Amino acid sequence: MGFLELNHITKRFANFTAVENFNLEVEKGEFVSFLGPSGCGKTTTLRMIAGFETPTSGKIIINGEDVTYRAPNQRKIGMVFQSYALFPNMTVADNIGFGLKVARKPTAEIKERVKEMLLLIHMEEFADRYPYQISGGQQQRVALARAIAIRPTLLLLDEPLSALDAKIRVELRNEIRAIQQKLGITTIYVTHDQEEALSLSDRVVVMNKARMEQVGAPFEIYNFPQTPFVASFVGTLSILNAEVVNPAQGLLKVDGQEFYGPGGLEARPGDILRIALRPEIVSLKETAADMNRMNVQVQTITFLGSVVRVQVKLETSRMFFDLFNNPSLQLPREGENLTIYFPKSACLVLGK
Amino acid sequence: MKRFWSWLWIALGAVYFFLPLYATLRFSLMMKKGELSLLAYEKVLTDPAFVKAFVFSAEMAVFTILVSLLLVVPTAYWVHLRLPQLKPVMEFITMLPFVIPAIVLVFGLIRAYSKPPLLLTPSPALLVMAYCVLAMPYMYRSVDVGLRAIDVRTLTEAAQSLGAGWPTILFKVIFPNLRSALLGGTFLTFAIVIGELTIAASLAWPALGPYMAVLGQNRAYEPAALAIMSFVLTWGSILLIELVGRGRGGLRSDQLAGTH
Amino acid sequence: MDAGYQAKQLKKDAPAARPSFPRVNWNWLGVAPFFLFTFLFIILPASVIFVGSFQDLRGNFTLDNITGLFTPYILNSYKLTIQVSLVTAIGGAIFGFLLAYAVTIGGLPHWVKSVLSSFSGVASNFAGVPLAFAFISTLGRVGLVTVFLKGLGIDIYNNGFNLYSFWGLALTYMYFQFPLMVLTIIPALEGLKKEWREACENLGASRLDYWRYIGFPILLPSLLATTILLFGNAFGAYATAYALTGGSLNLVPIIIGAQIRGDVLNNPNLGYALALGMVVIMGLMVLLYSLLQRRASRWLK
Repeated sequence: MGFLELNHITKRFANFTAVENFNLEVEKGEFVSFLGPSGCGKTTTLRMIAGFETPTSGKIIINGEDVTYRAPNQRKIGMVFQSYALFPNMTVADNIGFGLKVARKPTAEIKERVKEMLLLIHMEEFADRYPYQISGGQQQRVALARAIAIRPTLLLLDEPLSALDAKIRVELRNEIRAIQQKLGITTIYVTHDQEEALSLSDRVVVMNKARMEQVGAPFEIYNFPQTPFVASFVGTLSILNAEVVNPAQGLLKVDGQEFYGPGGLEARPGDILRIALRPEIVSLKETAADMNRMNVQVQTITFLGSVVRVQVKLETSRMFFDLFNNPSLQLPREGENLTIYFPKSACLVLGK
Repeated sequence: MKRFWSWLWIALGAVYFFLPLYATLRFSLMMKKGELSLLAYEKVLTDPAFVKAFVFSAEMAVFTILVSLLLVVPTAYWVHLRLPQLKPVMEFITMLPFVIPAIVLVFGLIRAYSKPPLLLTPSPALLVMAYCVLAMPYMYRSVDVGLRAIDVRTLTEAAQSLGAGWPTILFKVIFPNLRSALLGGTFLTFAIVIGELTIAASLAWPALGPYMAVLGQNRAYEPAALAIMSFVLTWGSILLIELVGRGRGGLRSDQLAGTH
Repeated sequence: MDAGYQAKQLKKDAPAARPSFPRVNWNWLGVAPFFLFTFLFIILPASVIFVGSFQDLRGNFTLDNITGLFTPYILNSYKLTIQVSLVTAIGGAIFGFLLAYAVTIGGLPHWVKSVLSSFSGVASNFAGVPLAFAFISTLGRVGLVTVFLKGLGIDIYNNGFNLYSFWGLALTYMYFQFPLMVLTIIPALEGLKKEWREACENLGASRLDYWRYIGFPILLPSLLATTILLFGNAFGAYATAYALTGGSLNLVPIIIGAQIRGDVLNNPNLGYALALGMVVIMGLMVLLYSLLQRRASRWLK
């Protein structure tokens, strides 16, 4: 039995369904991300856990207790909002101590806890500042400390980094993970940024159109997407429309060139399937035995920093792949003919 | 429960707002004993003194609008374009008419301009200037907000880089973008000036405000009719402001007038 | 980063050197007409009042006019004016706040808010002589409501009410006071973010805690600022009071008005001091108002 259980959660609003039959068990101390495009129901699910929305049907159980209809202020759940939501009329210290203050804790205890929290987020010298006097990243760290100060059973983060600059985002992301691991606090993290979800989480729940698409560790989600949506939403893909030659063997054909996908395809010869390839899996050398090979012509080369993205053409189909950058890299030239290699297991079938 | 209280307050507000209007309307229709009639309105509208007072106030309103526009629009534009460091000073100046109540202002004006060589009190120009002071906060703020919304400097530079001269910049680029701000300020100024009493009475001009005040002391039904007409006029002005300001948030609190 | 590179950076960031001889800034010419106008029609009359307050009839410096303000008649008129302004400002603020609260947080349909805003825009501009007429038609001795209540056996004029007295005037002023509050406080109420309430609930706070520690403290500067605005609105009001009460209430604006028409104070220079007193009070109000506004906007941005 999990620490947090969501059983058959469904939420319907007047004219649409926001969340449909959501099931999840989260272990104590686990870090789980809800990943999906905006409007997929991830935030609604989070708000139901927090108590701001009540599910139309289903149950929410925390630590063995049914909290489905409990008021938000009785749940002891810490939440961090996208817009920080710091109280503008209070100093950093007062913000952090607010939860303890309304719980009528003794002043000395509040002071002690606030100090501890400030130390945790490395902002000891900002205790007396007001929110408008500190940066966005600092505000969000204070919001995190405020949520943790009450020793919540559960920590909820609703797109906490999306209002920040790229650099601060990565910095704070690592800090959130470090604090979470240090305190061992069970955490649900909502984001639309796959990099965030993959880098932070123990498990990722990919959602689309009110439904869960796949639940799994980041490694599984990225390498073994189980639905076309997950494959296309997580990571970048190059997509080929291939004709099925032999479904049992997984033999496919595109622009006259044959290659192998996974065997036992559920299709008939002559069907057209959408086959996806991760750009980083393609190489210019045969690095293992028995790889697919294809003859292509280079069209454009885009320098992206750590990788170089090469756009190539077969006859009419196009695809792209990435080469890791290093100073001695021999860049292909535009118009050059190349042979590319990729493992048979690398082809993801997205359907017809 | 929460809704009940909300509705209750709204209902009270509605009573406060409509009851005096309804009472005034009823009152204005009771001039003929025993029946409802428009006699009070007829009497007012056919009174030559009323027509004269109304025409005089309307003329003053038109002059005030013209002078305020000429005074405020180029200044506000110039401050935005070339002298942004002057903005706090302008804010301060436009606060002054609020600090100096109309009655104090006119008192000062009379004492300053009633002897030669500065003899202005016999001229309606002083009345217009005093009205311009009253209207200045509303006119300036209206234009200032309008200018803020369009980023004057960039627009002007863009027009200049395309080869436009000053007349083209002003009349083809800036003014059309300020249309709703200018119209808002204009209607508000009209609403302020048309029934103004304090300054007109103190400078002894036969304007609509003093006419109404005298009528109120001598008659019973005509003042009610006048109140209704003036309410309709106010309503019309505000409605026009909301119409031209639509999409820009409608009536703003900084556009609220007052010659209370 | 080595020192040489740093130095280069510094040089690059330094502003381009300007010619050092002073130049006439022709830009100032563009605002000259406006400043001339301000000087002639605001600063000059204000200075005349200021100077006159400290002069006797022969033009010599004196403080007699200022001390003359501290006589019972004038002190009482200030007191009365401040009372009317305070009562209508606080009353208008409370009633206006309740209405604004009802349409923003009180769960009423959205159209109620736009209707209320429109009506408030009209009502806050409906003042002066016509407003006085409207209240005379309603609550005057033969006003509709007075007569109606008499028919029910309640004679309000026998029970201490009089439209032409303090409370009558206050009731009339309220007609333009509370709509002004509605219009200025709706944006402040809308500035209260939903997330603050949610964060608050999350941390275990009750509804009361929210209003006590967050909602009310955040609104307080706006509430006070608007109340001051209403105070000033009533304090300088002349037309409504004059049309309603004639000269029967000794309000400062009414006395100044009388002083303009004829020297009712038997000392022309005392009139200056009276006016100066109003300006000083209004100036303090505006100062307080802008300080509070600054704080409110800092929080709500």
